[in-house]
Amino acid sequence: MKNMLRNLCKKMFGRSLWVYHANSGGCNGCDIEVLNVLTPYYDAERFGIKLVGSPRHADVMLCQGPAMRSTAKALKRAYEAMPAPKLVFAIGSCACGGGMWHDSYPVIGPVEKILPVNYYIPGCPPRPEAIIYGVAVALGLVDKKTAPVQFKQMEYPIPQYHPNDLHTKDEMVVYEKIDRI
Amino acid sequence: MSVLSKLKEAIVCLKAGRVTLPYPAQPRPAPPQFRGRPIFDATKCIGCGGCASNCPAREILVLDVCQEIRILKYLGRRCAYCGRCADVCPEKAITMSLEFENATNSIGDISQTLELFMSTCQRCGRCFKESSPLEQLKMKGYRFDDLKNDRWIFKSQSYLGDQPVVDDIKLDLE
Repeated sequence: MKNMLRNLCKKMFGRSLWVYHANSGGCNGCDIEVLNVLTPYYDAERFGIKLVGSPRHADVMLCQGPAMRSTAKALKRAYEAMPAPKLVFAIGSCACGGGMWHDSYPVIGPVEKILPVNYYIPGCPPRPEAIIYGVAVALGLVDKKTAPVQFKQMEYPIPQYHPNDLHTKDEMVVYEKIDRI
Repeated sequence: MSVLSKLKEAIVCLKAGRVTLPYPAQPRPAPPQFRGRPIFDATKCIGCGGCASNCPAREILVLDVCQEIRILKYLGRRCAYCGRCADVCPEKAITMSLEFENATNSIGDISQTLELFMSTCQRCGRCFKESSPLEQLKMKGYRFDDLKNDRWIFKSQSYLGDQPVVDDIKLDLE
């Protein structure tokens, strides 16, 4: 499935990605970073990325902000208006996971509750470099760096009290490792 | 006039030179004060759960499997990289790293799971109690977040009835 998606991306989006920038209730932080990416300093147009004003012209939808009660329907309609091979990028922690106010009334949750999301770029807001990196991962220029980490503790992190360390000394009970605890 | 202005523009452009970063080809490290992905050090962690209690996005889940083992899971989906977990950690087990290249195609990739030993009182076998009422308020007792569905249980009654828990909103999108 992943390889298929990557091959499809290479075939379909090899030349240029036209992005549509959809904010469904974010705080504008991620919007500013996305516009930052399009400036000459972080020139995203060298990858063929162009910002378009209508979802009907777009290949990629950049979602910012969580899915809200008021904008969920509009977001879904904008997604359905995009022509067939389409990608959705969730930019920022609101779009990836629902944001800081994930449990409040107007917020439904992450945008993946409404749309199928292909790539996630977490950050609050993500740096412009992080957005470029996400696009490069999608285009197959670089590999992703993250992997789930699982760690099991094998011993106690702090020294344990044990009755075996107790000794009698001059009619007193002394604990030997007292300085370590 | 227009030719002159074009020439002026060309001179300005030539003066500026090349400003574009060669970013994905060459690495560009973040500044040292940058707060990137938090890294959890399981060798230092004592499992107090202060990070989970102080996380404003409720992204650190704690599940007590039994009295002795506690599972601490950082999801990172809606982490705002505020650094409060690193501030509150008494053992400095959490560091805000400079990693910002976290883009992935599955959101589970940025999770970190720690399985920790909890020390109990060696005489009575129960957990320790914090000394001051403020410290007790920080601890919320036995924690049982839902690790299977990656969600935070905020009420002890959530499992009992049909009451909805966080992230369980159903909405018609005709």
